[in-house]
Amino acid sequence: MSEAETLASVADVGGPQQPLLEVRSLSKHFKLSGGLFGQGGVVRAVDDVSFAVGKGEVLGIVGESGCGKSTTARLIIGLIAPDVGEIILDGEAVGAALSVRVLRRRVQMVFQDSYASLNPRLTIEDTIAFGPKVHGCSADEAHTRAHDLLCKVGLDPALFADRYPHELSGGQRQRINIARALALAPRLVLLDEAVSALDKSVEAQVLNLLLDLKDDLGLTYVFISHDLNVVRFISDRVLVMYLGEVVEQAPVEVLWEDARHPYTRALLAAMPSLDPDHRTKEAPIAGDPPNPIDPPSGCRFHTRCPFAESVCRARKPMLTATGNDRHTAACHMVDMSSGHSWAGHSFTGEEHHA
Amino acid sequence: MSALADDLVRIAKVDRARGYWTTVGRRLIRDPVSVGCGGVILVIALAALLAPYLGLADPYHGSMIRRLRPIGTPGYPLGTDELGRDMVSRLVYGGRLSLFIGLAPVALAFTIGTTLGVIAGYVGGVVNQAIMRIVDVFYAFPSVLLAIAISGALGAGILNSLLSLTIVFVPPIVRVAESVTTSVRNLDFVDAARASGAGPLTIMRVHVLGNVLGPIFVYATSLISVCMILAAGLSFLGLGTRPPEPEWGLMLNTLRTAIYLNPWVAALPGAMIFTVSICFNLLSDGVRSAMDVRG
Repeated sequence: MSEAETLASVADVGGPQQPLLEVRSLSKHFKLSGGLFGQGGVVRAVDDVSFAVGKGEVLGIVGESGCGKSTTARLIIGLIAPDVGEIILDGEAVGAALSVRVLRRRVQMVFQDSYASLNPRLTIEDTIAFGPKVHGCSADEAHTRAHDLLCKVGLDPALFADRYPHELSGGQRQRINIARALALAPRLVLLDEAVSALDKSVEAQVLNLLLDLKDDLGLTYVFISHDLNVVRFISDRVLVMYLGEVVEQAPVEVLWEDARHPYTRALLAAMPSLDPDHRTKEAPIAGDPPNPIDPPSGCRFHTRCPFAESVCRARKPMLTATGNDRHTAACHMVDMSSGHSWAGHSFTGEEHHA
Repeated sequence: MSALADDLVRIAKVDRARGYWTTVGRRLIRDPVSVGCGGVILVIALAALLAPYLGLADPYHGSMIRRLRPIGTPGYPLGTDELGRDMVSRLVYGGRLSLFIGLAPVALAFTIGTTLGVIAGYVGGVVNQAIMRIVDVFYAFPSVLLAIAISGALGAGILNSLLSLTIVFVPPIVRVAESVTTSVRNLDFVDAARASGAGPLTIMRVHVLGNVLGPIFVYATSLISVCMILAAGLSFLGLGTRPPEPEWGLMLNTLRTAIYLNPWVAALPGAMIFTVSICFNLLSDGVRSAMDVRG
């Protein structure tokens, strides 16, 4: 493979209208190796998830821990194989038209734990140059590339190239992780809680760096986080997940103004506020999420939902358009014909249901 | 406090430009116990290696009239053995076989065990089960018994005892290698390497091996002393080296009968085994702490 073939930016395919990434009914169920007689259950980590990411867009994915955010990212990049579902990158289905090897050139990932995601025995330079070398770059080319990328992420190669990860701060390490992800000139970068472990001030620096890099290199991000403030800052569109399912998706302003799913509204209400007039006085949702091994029937949120009715226990709500721009929610209250007594009710401007 | 901080910064700056193993080497040199033990091993090993050039008496040449001379006899500074052979010469020449039989099985077992363990740990699943269950079978026997059984079945001889000791030491090294590899392979940097499109062999070579070799190596060095003692034991039982070959374990066996007549001379081979094995143990401890650069 020549350098031109491996690391030149991939030409745009299919025009701006075609989504860069399309995920269709993706599912991953982990089998539990339980008991002597193999009676272990199945964890429905990701269940029938579909979404699309446009070119140059930042899609935020939010949800509680264990809702399948990270599993979704690992499925997209092929670190784990999906049970069902299709991943389509640039109009090519992974596994059919697109090999996993090529997929991993075009999609890269930044992990949450900046320390565990860097090999302690390799220098910064070797860590960044590893990917290009695997894809056929000569050692010289790969190291030149590593130096360029160090400059791009704001670290002086003369000072940092020879260092080991344990000599760097968390923010510096996360910059290295970003440089490593960019070393293969990807089109899509998955950021799995990439700033969650950082101090607030460092977090802001890294977020700004990410936005600059996105503009410079024409990147598209899938940004996974549990921090709604961060997601609001960086995302164009947001996807809310609950117990392995998508419950709502909308452009970021629409979601903050007019969230329809009770779970999304509870998440938003749970955000700490700096305004003393809007202090959260009680926990918006009680209890832990139900066990994903045996998820509740019907709507998976009905066990914790203040609006739950019999229809919620009986039937599973589908993602339904709310009437807002690109806004869908999986709740019986959105669907006029569901038979829910609150169907069609909009909560815009109301305080959170006490 | 600030002096300490300055010192740490200085150390970090000095260490920065060097490779990992250079750093470990420098830390090792600063530890007096490691340096002392390494020196003792080096002297004994060099003496054994250069034995023919040291102008020593013939280790095979005995004499009935000067049997079991005590330590300090003129011309025989460490006395003579039960057949009147010079003890200095016997001990120096004995180091050749004793060190070889102590190091070679561990080196072989380290190579075989690391390969099997890293494969088992990285690939996982059925391969892991197959390798680890076979290893468990060897664990059913105490190591001394296993070495004696295999040596006994193969017959006495230096190569057979080398083989039996290798077989004894492969299972524990496989276990250590497998557990270290399993913990490393679940770290994010291995996932990141997979996400870069690297194949399993490249990942094992670049990312796994560098992180597991250290702990396995330290464990293996701690086995050297055990191996020397086991080898001496096999010779003592007549399953290893055969007389008149000088070897510490065998010398201990033949001098055993003289323990009441000349206890100090009889204890000399044992003292050599003790010295060398404790030096290897302390040295492996030193290497272990020197390798903990991050700590």
